Amino acid sequence: MSFLAVRDLVSGYDRSTVLGGVDLALDRGATLGLLGRNGAGKSTLIMTLMGLVPPTSGSVQLDGVELAGRRPDVIARAGVALVPQGRRVWATLTVAEHLALASRRRGTWTVDSVLDLLPRLGERRGQYAAQLSGGEQQMLAVARALLTNPRLVLLDEPSDGLAPALVDQIGAVIATMCAEGVAVLLVEQDLHLAFEVAQEIAVMEKGAIVHRVPTAEFRLDPGTAHRLLGVT
Amino acid sequence: MLVSVLNGFSIGFLLFILAVGLSLVFGMMDVLNLAHGALFLVGAYLGAAFSGAGWGGFLAALGLAAVAGLVAGGILSLMTEPLRRRSHLDQALLTLGVAFVVAELLYTVFSDDPLSVLAPPGLDGSVSVLGAVYPTYRLALIGVGSVLAVVVYVVVERTRVGALVRATVADREMVSALGVDNRLVKAAVFAVGSLLATTAGVLGGPIYGARPGLDAYVLILALVVVVIGGLGSVRGALLGALIIGQVDTLGRVLLQGVEGAASFILFASLAVVLVLRPQGLFGGPVGMSR
Repeated sequence: MSFLAVRDLVSGYDRSTVLGGVDLALDRGATLGLLGRNGAGKSTLIMTLMGLVPPTSGSVQLDGVELAGRRPDVIARAGVALVPQGRRVWATLTVAEHLALASRRRGTWTVDSVLDLLPRLGERRGQYAAQLSGGEQQMLAVARALLTNPRLVLLDEPSDGLAPALVDQIGAVIATMCAEGVAVLLVEQDLHLAFEVAQEIAVMEKGAIVHRVPTAEFRLDPGTAHRLLGVT
Repeated sequence: MLVSVLNGFSIGFLLFILAVGLSLVFGMMDVLNLAHGALFLVGAYLGAAFSGAGWGGFLAALGLAAVAGLVAGGILSLMTEPLRRRSHLDQALLTLGVAFVVAELLYTVFSDDPLSVLAPPGLDGSVSVLGAVYPTYRLALIGVGSVLAVVVYVVVERTRVGALVRATVADREMVSALGVDNRLVKAAVFAVGSLLATTAGVLGGPIYGARPGLDAYVLILALVVVVIGGLGSVRGALLGALIIGQVDTLGRVLLQGVEGAASFILFASLAVVLVLRPQGLFGGPVGMSR
């Protein structure tokens, strides 16, 4: 059985169903790029996996442990970390305070090793998150997730609004996580980043995963990409 | 004039101690706790019960009030948990009901008559401040209040626990996504905030006494402080409390004898802040969105 096994996951907001039965499997150390048009349900899937949107039905198993319907803090302690859309760093906390709060579990990642990877944050330790640039805030959101020493990281459009050099840096961090055996689910609009770091590409449409192939195969099939994503 | 300014400070620091818990619980968990004034009243009646029993009585009242506050805060946190995703009106109804029950119980035990509370020995006289005669207890209250204010400020703004509280105010979902149970943070802040409210009731005893209606009076003052200062901001609560302390006492001095003038000035200043800066002096746009 896969490390992450999602079966027939149904979820949504209030009375509108967004996910109509998602099946998804992901192994340790694997990165899956999740693409899809706006409104396809990518973010809802991420938020449901983190427990921030309660599922209606279905199963989410991480390493054989059922997580569907659990509270987000329980899911986080099971080893799931989130880099959310819009970064959602805490404006009234300094960089150092973010790092301290996130360091709750011992493991490979420590404040020092994360700052080695993202040295810019080290220079900004004393500053409030509100004073950081968009790119620095994204680095901080990534650092916050890493410091929980997760086994599965959910990233929701980490490249959004970032300069190309910073997108490359995010890509390098994802590759490092992967090499450490972390499973990565990457929602992206930026095909370049998804193609660079993901071994496989999945496409969502109308609340379900409709297509999944190795990245190289996806790149050789522009017709399908165009049909599913509206891009060439 | 000097007396009025000093009065403003003593009331201001008292209001801060009362309002900071209300502000944090509201800003953090979006829970509107209208029983906060009743907690103050519990402290005031405890002070009255031990009034005249010297320092031992005063300290016993403070200790009992602290325990009562912690317990009451924990219970209120549990009671409001099922209403967390419901509207403020539902929370207001529940906590207002609790406030009525608590207040009625207190009047049953202590009677409907206003009770006065003596300041502890040594603080019950008056001293000369720059030529003006001023009650010693109020001066001591300014001292104790400012120390408490500094302690709360340092804990919230400079410690790791305080960072957790601020993070929960800013975005509690992301705190839970790190593996922290929001309910524990809420219960802890609720308990400490309620402890500060009951403590403020004891400390305010020698000024306000203990009487029916006092809970509603201080609740409204605290709500005004919270709105002016900005939800969930300790800095805002401190500044708001000091402003309201001055506005309230100055209004009473300047418009002596005009019926309702003090509360007119109070709510006029609230209106001015709401028009010019609806999120409060220190409230961020984050606090507004939820």
